[in-house]
Amino acid sequence: MTTLVALAGCEESLSAVHPAGPAAATIATLWWVLLAGATAIFLFVAGLLAWAWRRPPGEVAERPFVIGLGLAFPLTVLAALLAYGLVVGERLLPRGGADVVVVRAEARQWAWSFGYDDAPGRVTEDELHIPAGRPVDVALTSADVVHGFWVPRLAGKLDAVPGHVNVLRLEADAPGRYGGLGSEFNGVGYVGHRFTVIAHDATGWQAFLAGEGE
Amino acid sequence: MNALRRHRALTRIWASAPGWKGWFTSVNHTDLGRMFLTVAVFFFLVGGILAMLIRAQLATPRSAFMGPETYNQVFTMHGTIMMFLFAIPFFEGLAVYLLPKLLGTRDLAFPRLTAYGFWCYVFGGSMMIFALLAGIAPDSGWFMYPPLSSTIGAPGINSDFWLIGITFVEISAISAAVEITVTILRYRAPGMSLAKMPIFAWYALVTAVMILTGFPPLILGSILLELERAFGMPFFQVAQGGDALLWQHLFWMFGHPEVYIIFLPAAGAISTILPVMARTTLMGYGWVVAAAVSLAVLSFGLWVHHMFTTGIPHMGLAFFSAASTLVAVPTAVQIFAWIGTLWRGRPGLHLPMMWLLAFFATFVIGGLTGVMVAVVPFDWQAHDTYFIVAHLHYVLIGGFVFPMLAALYYWMPHFVGRKTYFKLGGVAFWLIVPGFHGTFLLLHWAGLLGMRRRIDSYGPGQGWEIINLIASVSGFVMAIGFALVLIDVIINAVTAIRGSRDPWRAGTLEWAMPTPPAAYNFASLPHVDSRDPLYADRELPVRLARGEGYLGDPARGRRETLTVDIATGAPRTIVVFPGNTALPVLMSAVTGLFFLGMLVKDYWLVPISALGVIGCALAWVWSLGRRAPEGPLDAGRGAVLPVASEVADPPGWWGSLFLLLADGTFLGSLLFGYAFLWTIAPNWPPPAYAEPGPAALALVLAGAALTAVGGRLGALAGVAAALAGTVAVGLAALAVLAQVPDPAAHAYDATVWVLVGYALLHQVVALIMMALVAARRWAGHSAVTRRGAARVARLWSDYAALVALLAAAAVGLPGVLA
Repeated sequence: MTTLVALAGCEESLSAVHPAGPAAATIATLWWVLLAGATAIFLFVAGLLAWAWRRPPGEVAERPFVIGLGLAFPLTVLAALLAYGLVVGERLLPRGGADVVVVRAEARQWAWSFGYDDAPGRVTEDELHIPAGRPVDVALTSADVVHGFWVPRLAGKLDAVPGHVNVLRLEADAPGRYGGLGSEFNGVGYVGHRFTVIAHDATGWQAFLAGEGE
Repeated sequence: MNALRRHRALTRIWASAPGWKGWFTSVNHTDLGRMFLTVAVFFFLVGGILAMLIRAQLATPRSAFMGPETYNQVFTMHGTIMMFLFAIPFFEGLAVYLLPKLLGTRDLAFPRLTAYGFWCYVFGGSMMIFALLAGIAPDSGWFMYPPLSSTIGAPGINSDFWLIGITFVEISAISAAVEITVTILRYRAPGMSLAKMPIFAWYALVTAVMILTGFPPLILGSILLELERAFGMPFFQVAQGGDALLWQHLFWMFGHPEVYIIFLPAAGAISTILPVMARTTLMGYGWVVAAAVSLAVLSFGLWVHHMFTTGIPHMGLAFFSAASTLVAVPTAVQIFAWIGTLWRGRPGLHLPMMWLLAFFATFVIGGLTGVMVAVVPFDWQAHDTYFIVAHLHYVLIGGFVFPMLAALYYWMPHFVGRKTYFKLGGVAFWLIVPGFHGTFLLLHWAGLLGMRRRIDSYGPGQGWEIINLIASVSGFVMAIGFALVLIDVIINAVTAIRGSRDPWRAGTLEWAMPTPPAAYNFASLPHVDSRDPLYADRELPVRLARGEGYLGDPARGRRETLTVDIATGAPRTIVVFPGNTALPVLMSAVTGLFFLGMLVKDYWLVPISALGVIGCALAWVWSLGRRAPEGPLDAGRGAVLPVASEVADPPGWWGSLFLLLADGTFLGSLLFGYAFLWTIAPNWPPPAYAEPGPAALALVLAGAALTAVGGRLGALAGVAAALAGTVAVGLAALAVLAQVPDPAAHAYDATVWVLVGYALLHQVVALIMMALVAARRWAGHSAVTRRGAARVARLWSDYAALVALLAAAAVGLPGVLA
């Protein structure tokens, strides 16, 4: 039948820091950079604070604190960070391309329906089938309240808003099953508002489009 | 007259009624400040108990402690209570209690308004508590996103409690903000120029103006959503031209400034306490003021960072990402100015300083994770997970609760007039701070491991169990710590020994009085020449008690204080305050009936109670009037000043001005929402636009002109003109509404109804005000004593005229363009 690999290790099946696709990997790298920078800044500030109790008494000038540390320091760090964030963000946007696969997702309380441009009429419930190794654009909308679409190991999240269509780019590096979550609180069934992304290899994807395993 | 006899005379004039009656009739800011703080702490305890229920539920996987129906109410009410019924009222209470004392005056600008706001808070908060106990509390999350919170997702009464109860409570925020603003600008000790104000006053001023401009979008959103729920006016229903995202914009246009509305008062407390703890003065006073102001301005430009995942175009996201990171700069200026202050001084480790260190350790982490989530791609992963839950608790508890605990221990000797005797506070500190970090630090990681916020249970095997268990245990440790703080405060209030007047050797004026403070604050008002008057003159308190300041002679037998020039602090007028009265509590009870009628859908109650509120308001204003002018009076220290009610800009004029700032922001938000729907909502344009035609336009122009002119005519002609103007605007309104007879048909029709209703309401308000001025004339009030009231009425009639024109343009424009 299909070439599904076993469910990835349970511990990280919903983990944004165990990426299984390029978008999630880029953001995971971003996170580790942010963590390292934040830790360094925190230790620096804590050190300055502790030194207030240790330093010998004496005059303290205002400018190094207010202008140097207060203005120049954050402006430099933030400018670099902002540029990095924008570049990363641009790279994650859905762009045109020959091999982009388009799928449609409609959320409702408390289920997901998925449709496929490559297989008109084909609808799957709570299971999204995609080809591995190819960019996939998920066109999101909602039938009732605001929902969120999130496959933590593949990409960031995007909301499904009634009357609007939002497009999220995701891609799985390898065939497998990836946990998906409704990520915007939507009432009593919220905790169970989940779905599974099934990434196929090329032959498996063709088989899925041809209607096998229906 | 010696100091003791002066004290007795002033106490007779200023004291609240004895016994239980005093609770309901007091308009004294010291009493009301304490009452505000007490009730806010009560709500903190309720919110805390709900937090413990949440942590009990999440301690282990597959918990069966609460079902989702209950759990959703619990977390919604936890957030709602902590934000609306604890944090903001706690700031209001602190400001109400402290500001007049810091500024060297005897009360806030509008004492009865303080009481009115307080009672609106109590009654509105009681509605929420009732809903909680009855099991019909709001359950859509504290930011109440429709359609989930509308009739589609929440058909019961739950959401109505939120929309109506919170709007009722926000009356207290708006009224407190108006009077804090006017008090800081006009009610200061003579000589206290803006540059010599205590730093806390600057922060309170910025916060109050932010409340005036930040809360109206929320109030508007709540009204629109309630109109949708009650009458089917489809502002947020996409099929009929509404848009769910409109709510998110309106909510976060309030919601992000709200975060700084909570942080800035805390920063004001830090800037006050920290230099005293370090035995020096604040480094970079001007820079810190500039940072607070720019923080306020920037905070209105980054609401969209709560909406990074709603599908907004990337260029838009880039702008808001830049603004969101930029807001870290003024924050950094303050943080490093504080650290520089510590370097410059000789910091000790008293309990308030310990809490400030806890603030630094916690808030810096919260700020850094805040910068992280301002980076758009990272937010796409972190959004709506426990990473955000952890981040916001670091910011709010680190940035508000810890500084407020520092403030509590710093000002407790002032509140109760006693020395801290028992040392439970230290133990509580070591339970709360490690307990806090134990609760929330690892939850960041749980969020990155995929734990969504607001889930009511979770399965094992995701790596979340141990994190949640640690969080729950630590959460209970923290709760025990807060219980100890409460016990500590109670014990110290009732048993400890009398303390000295200025235990921290601070320089600000609140320590220039005996503690606990007398009802009149200062036996005579100081003349201020420096930012720290007590450092300049250690004998000041004694000299004030001896009556060597302004208004030291109580011979006129009434409550008096001074107003000053805004910039220079030169004395300008003598204000005569009203005495104790039950009118505020009565008026807020009638206001409560108005909201109750809407809540339970007994709409007959709404117009009756609206008339009741107007009646109370008229009685309120009427009692201030005087028939004959008093002329200039002796204010002590050689100053001879006019009475405030006989000048062109009485306090009521300034209050109206700032109330109109909030009102104008409300209208601006409404026009924003209208433009948003017009351009963004999918199902636009509507089937038909209203095209009122030239006759209706002429009526509006004539009506607006008559209203504006009416404010400038004599009393009788003015009322006639305003009446004619109101009729003309009303006729035009009828012509417009006839063309869009069904407000439930389309969001456009609904918006037209709201615009028309808003314009008519302001016509009626202006008309009532002019009628009041005319009535005073008939009652024999002189031209001089009527002048201030007439100027207030003119302000409102000008605004009504402007509103009529804007509403007409907004209603007519789409039809003309189409």
